[in-house]
Amino acid sequence: MKKLILTTAILALTAGASFAETVRMGTEGAYPPYNFINDAGEVDGFERELGDKLCEMASLTCEWVTTDWDGIIPNLQSGNYDVIIAGMSITKERGEVVDFTQNYIPPAVSAYMALDAGVDVKSVPVSAQTGTIQAGYVQESGATLVEFATPDETVAAVRNGEADAVFADKEYLAPILAESNGQFAWAGTDVPLGDGVGMAFRKSDSALREKFDAGITTMKADGSLNELIVKWFGDTVATY
Amino acid sequence: MSCLQTIADYGLRSMGMGERLLPKTDFTLCQQFTLIGSGMMWNIYFGVLALLFGFVLANAVAMAKASNQMILRKPAEWFIFIFRGSPLFIQFFLAYEALVLLPRNGIELFGLTAEVSWLSRAWAGALIVLFLNTAAYTAEIFYGALRSIPKGDLEAADAYGISGWSRFIRIQWPTMLRLAWPAYTNEAIFLFHATTLVFFSGFPAFRQEGDALYYASYLVDKTFNPFIPYPIVAFYFILLTLAVIRLFGAVNRRLNRHLPSNERSKIKVRPQIIR
Amino acid sequence: MFSSCADPNNLHGLTWLLCYLTTGKHIDFYWSFLTVLTLLAVTAPVALAFGFGGAMMSRSQRLPLRIIGKTYTAMVRGVPDIVFFLFFVIALDQGIEYFFHVVRCPDWTEPVRNGLEFRVCPEAKVPLNSSAQIWHSLYGFALAVVTFALVFGAFASNVLYGAMQAVPRAQLETAEAYGMNHGQVFRRVLVPQMWVYALPGLSNLWMILIKATPLLFLLGVQDIVYWARELGGAKTSAYAYPHPDWRLYYFLGLLVFYLAMTKISELVLTRIQTRLSHGQATASGEAQRKAAA
Repeated sequence: MKKLILTTAILALTAGASFAETVRMGTEGAYPPYNFINDAGEVDGFERELGDKLCEMASLTCEWVTTDWDGIIPNLQSGNYDVIIAGMSITKERGEVVDFTQNYIPPAVSAYMALDAGVDVKSVPVSAQTGTIQAGYVQESGATLVEFATPDETVAAVRNGEADAVFADKEYLAPILAESNGQFAWAGTDVPLGDGVGMAFRKSDSALREKFDAGITTMKADGSLNELIVKWFGDTVATY
Repeated sequence: MSCLQTIADYGLRSMGMGERLLPKTDFTLCQQFTLIGSGMMWNIYFGVLALLFGFVLANAVAMAKASNQMILRKPAEWFIFIFRGSPLFIQFFLAYEALVLLPRNGIELFGLTAEVSWLSRAWAGALIVLFLNTAAYTAEIFYGALRSIPKGDLEAADAYGISGWSRFIRIQWPTMLRLAWPAYTNEAIFLFHATTLVFFSGFPAFRQEGDALYYASYLVDKTFNPFIPYPIVAFYFILLTLAVIRLFGAVNRRLNRHLPSNERSKIKVRPQIIR
Repeated sequence: MFSSCADPNNLHGLTWLLCYLTTGKHIDFYWSFLTVLTLLAVTAPVALAFGFGGAMMSRSQRLPLRIIGKTYTAMVRGVPDIVFFLFFVIALDQGIEYFFHVVRCPDWTEPVRNGLEFRVCPEAKVPLNSSAQIWHSLYGFALAVVTFALVFGAFASNVLYGAMQAVPRAQLETAEAYGMNHGQVFRRVLVPQMWVYALPGLSNLWMILIKATPLLFLLGVQDIVYWARELGGAKTSAYAYPHPDWRLYYFLGLLVFYLAMTKISELVLTRIQTRLSHGQATASGEAQRKAAA
């Protein structure tokens, strides 16, 4: 299966926590600004910073592992890592096989981005990443779904005309649109999908999940989560 | 929902017929077998057409490579080297990237506009890659067979005054085919296996219409369990392989029918070719 | 890498490119070529060993062994390797951990399979959760090697079985007439003679193995295809070196790499074949003799 593509990042042990438990954090590493591999070859992005912060608060040693999107849940269940923190929307179907924390990004909108703002997103070919809630939504909307394995390819497909629009998390598309020199425009209307983004755990790992859940609660209360969201996604997005 | 109903709904799903939406719940074994079986039609489509077209081109390339003339031999050698020397995975990717660069509005030729955007779709683009790929592998097999035609056969033809085109079509070509057939059978088997790469590298699936492996990945993605859908694909492919062996075996018997039974070449499945 | 690359935003032209091509990520990309070559170097002998075992079993006089050998060999011709790769690694990984689970945690009462979850005791994790990252990488690499070797071992088994059958019967009968027992005939006559017959098939197999390496990323190894996709994709300014979609160039680079590998292998293998055929009673050996005369 798509397994363990490994990146090293060991958090410095906080003094005193000599027997700190090691937790392996699984992410995709291809979804900026949520998570990506930076030019030094390390996992970076909003979720990297959030994950490290949460681990520090819970006195855990965290290591980062990247894996392909389509194998991300089977590999969690197989025990190849302990946490999924990969911009994963909380949905009912996923909730049946894994347990989510509370969301750490408020329920977000997904958006259509196209070369021509006037396209009818309910009928033209629309690209989306295989196995995402967006792909399911496009198929149901009546548009022609064009599927790609990575988020990057879905955008490339609009550039080269294979699809007329791409449907993805708005926060993922926003920086691409901003830097396209007017090439891209928003199309259609934004669609709220999912119950926000959460971290996923094996159902049997509730103790670990509670630790992270508590951390998120604390960060929501003291406002540091909002700061982090603004830092990575800009000040136009929804915060807590 | 009964299994027959499921087959009616999803049996032709990969061709865009039947239910528009893929199943979202349950994922019974019946659904899994039906969907993946429906995807197999693409594997068969790609395999059969690529083999048919590839067979024709392979004959031409093999003859060009065996030719004495540099201008024919060199391009044939390069064609074979490039397609046999690189992974099919990368060929698919590069072909897709190149095909999407074609102008969307079609190419103007003598005032007529030729529509070309369909070339980047899997049914055409991937078929072209598979066709060229199998032509290269087959050409190499045929070339080897051409060179191992017994000298005596050709001398006998000369003695009977058979020469030129008629010598080729009546003596050389049938013998070449007979000698190459076992290896060609392997090529056919592995070509069918290679069709699983179509939607895996480069070519996107439209409207969730894909091949057997595509539906298997969909089901794994929904059920989060890789241990059922992938073995189902394996099961279908074993059936397909057995069918190919039977069919090619029948042709082989016909090609060898004039020989005494102890000299007939038997088909042995050897890994001559894979990508 | 270079101190002049500290601020990529101020770089232009060639210096930008030079800095870009020496980022940590690119260095990882260059290393991954070595990973692929290492995998080839490690897998080839392991696959050969599996193949040898498979071929010996297929020839065995005991029916169960023969059935196992034949089934193993037949497996590859029925199932596309990619399908095999997709579920076998997880199965192998779980199998290994289950073994350690039974050995190390006999008192564990919770079920290992819980719905879709696979949960062994912490001591049975391979490698342990707390092990250094390098062990996790090595374990992933080892799983990939075993999976590759199993698939290609079946191919090798096919080739070696054919080669063993191709050794002239008279040679073996002569050896028996000299009073050698079964094992001796096998070791002293059959094995030394079969290599000439096996080499064309094994050469082919080597080429196949080279061309199968792009599937490595399915097994979770950070190989050249993984990095080419990752580096080539369009980059926004969240990255230090933003650029448009350059995957085409990266994949063209890979194409050149594979063609070069094929060419070099062809040259080397032709040389080995010539040397092995020297003095052999085969067509090419005969051709050599005539050319020399």
